Amino acid sequence: MIYLELLLGFLKVGFFAFGGAYAAIPFIREVVLAYNWLSDEMLSYIIAVSESTPGPVMVNMATYVGASQKGLLGSAIATLAVVLPAFVIILLVMVVFRSLLKNRYFRAVIGGLQAAIIGIIAATGVYMIYKNIFLSGGGFNTDFVTLAFTACIAIIYFPAKKLLKKNVSPILVISVCAVAGVFVFGF
Amino acid sequence: MAAIFELFFTFAKIGLFTFGGGYAMIPIIENTCVENKKWITDEEMINMTVIAESTPGPIAINCSTYVGFKQKGFLGAVAATLGVILPSFCIIFLISLFLDNFLSIKFIASAFCGIKCAVGILIVDAAVKMFKKMKKTVFSVLLTAAAFALLLAFDIFSINISSIILLIAAAVISFAVCLITKAGRADEK
Repeated sequence: MIYLELLLGFLKVGFFAFGGAYAAIPFIREVVLAYNWLSDEMLSYIIAVSESTPGPVMVNMATYVGASQKGLLGSAIATLAVVLPAFVIILLVMVVFRSLLKNRYFRAVIGGLQAAIIGIIAATGVYMIYKNIFLSGGGFNTDFVTLAFTACIAIIYFPAKKLLKKNVSPILVISVCAVAGVFVFGF
Repeated sequence: MAAIFELFFTFAKIGLFTFGGGYAMIPIIENTCVENKKWITDEEMINMTVIAESTPGPIAINCSTYVGFKQKGFLGAVAATLGVILPSFCIIFLISLFLDNFLSIKFIASAFCGIKCAVGILIVDAAVKMFKKMKKTVFSVLLTAAAFALLLAFDIFSINISSIILLIAAAVISFAVCLITKAGRADEK
């Protein structure tokens, strides 16, 4: 029953994603791969589209995955599911557990979760890059064009951020890489 | 009733005009809800950001639920939350109808090959940024490193262990460490 899977899958994402959209990516990836909904490649496209359209990125990703599986109803279910844990938890915090935030055990646990999730996000990003470069088209073969392209992005992006002393908008990075991609991969 | 609609439309506007998700929304929510509408105070805004960061889920949802509830109780929370998700829901749904067809056009497929490379870098960069902001102790750095190494190993060797298991383990270990250090301090007294 795919509606139930969408509901449970995205409740899980909404419940465990501490720290915003990027924290949701590892969990969304696990869900879509486990149910065989989307490939890693399609998932990267969805991440890019979600980043480049207005609104909360995590919600955008859920809407998209739901829509790709089961149209309007699927996307409505996935969207509400990813939102519901946050909604309920905030209400609980405001009504019942105001003092919980000052509790040292609670804060220790939250701190631990936040530390672990940073590692989880980094591992997901590194593995997606690794897969793009070394596991293209099934089995181990190195895609040298992708390797060079990815290296170029990193070599330009990270120093540019340092140089400008501020964050470069992800939308700008995605747009530039889209244009560059047409020339590098299109011909 | 008018106040409920105002919450809905105000948050719909925030949802429609902010790109980049929750962290990009915080300044705009501050501008709208603290300065213009005076729905919450500066102090509540800071308090809300702390709560949003220590609870799971989309930051934008945490904030809209908070402001909506503060303003008009449960109905207000529902109105603000639905408002912030509705515009992007419609936009993404429309895009999803076309993306598959777009991808069969050769130069768009090539553009997305480029985008795919960028997404990996952006994810790693997000993690680096969060790591820089994190309060670093030996323990928290170890947790980050362990989660990173374990999940990467699981992925590369196709071991089917969910990262949720890693999160739960991190929570249990942090709780235990907090318990032990507190007991240790009690002994010293």
